[in-house]
Amino acid sequence: MRIRVQEEPFDPGAELDGFGAGADVGAVVSFTGMVRGDGGLSRMEIEHYPGMTEKAIAAIAGEAVARWNLADCLVIHRHGPMRPGERIMMVATASRHRASAFEAAEFLMDYLKSRAPFWKKEYGADGAEWVAARDEDEDALGRW
Amino acid sequence: MLDVLYFAWVRERIGEPRETVETGATTVAGLVDELKAREERYALAFSDLSALRVAVDQELADFDAPLAGAREVAFFPPMTGG
Repeated sequence: MRIRVQEEPFDPGAELDGFGAGADVGAVVSFTGMVRGDGGLSRMEIEHYPGMTEKAIAAIAGEAVARWNLADCLVIHRHGPMRPGERIMMVATASRHRASAFEAAEFLMDYLKSRAPFWKKEYGADGAEWVAARDEDEDALGRW
Repeated sequence: MLDVLYFAWVRERIGEPRETVETGATTVAGLVDELKAREERYALAFSDLSALRVAVDQELADFDAPLAGAREVAFFPPMTGG
């Protein structure tokens, strides 16, 4: 299990190189979240809760590994300033079969969105605004 | 002594990221009442608790959670990671 919370950009290709290598792994799934330039967004700032962030992500990833019997699991989430087109975060899962790798990746994404202590602030033409959590994101947890 | 942390717009409304408070409160809700009574900026930040989340010692908790033995309490809006 690899978990990193960092300000610096990351390279998904390099992160995935060798990820899930093993005779019992039949599937590797990865997801990368990017900053969208919607509505004239010029930049974004992500705040987090050092200490709790790492613990919360480790708990979420640990549950994914146990539930889907993952061979490996990777979570990288950035904080600090970012511009449209930049990568915010990535997850990767490795398992025997693709269904569990996909499901576990979706589970990770749903929980990272609403249960890991990150807060996005968007800077656009109309000034700065904290991104509000959406009901759909909270509802998405219900399916797990 | 309790470390109280604020994040995102809660931090902005209160005007500082953390402070150490001397409190007699036995629950998170009791602590919120003490803070609200201090100054207008706290009353404003805590005016709608349904818009807030709380963590006690870095674990998500409820407002009726006990503070016995707690070292750190954090207040913040619903999280927007991912």
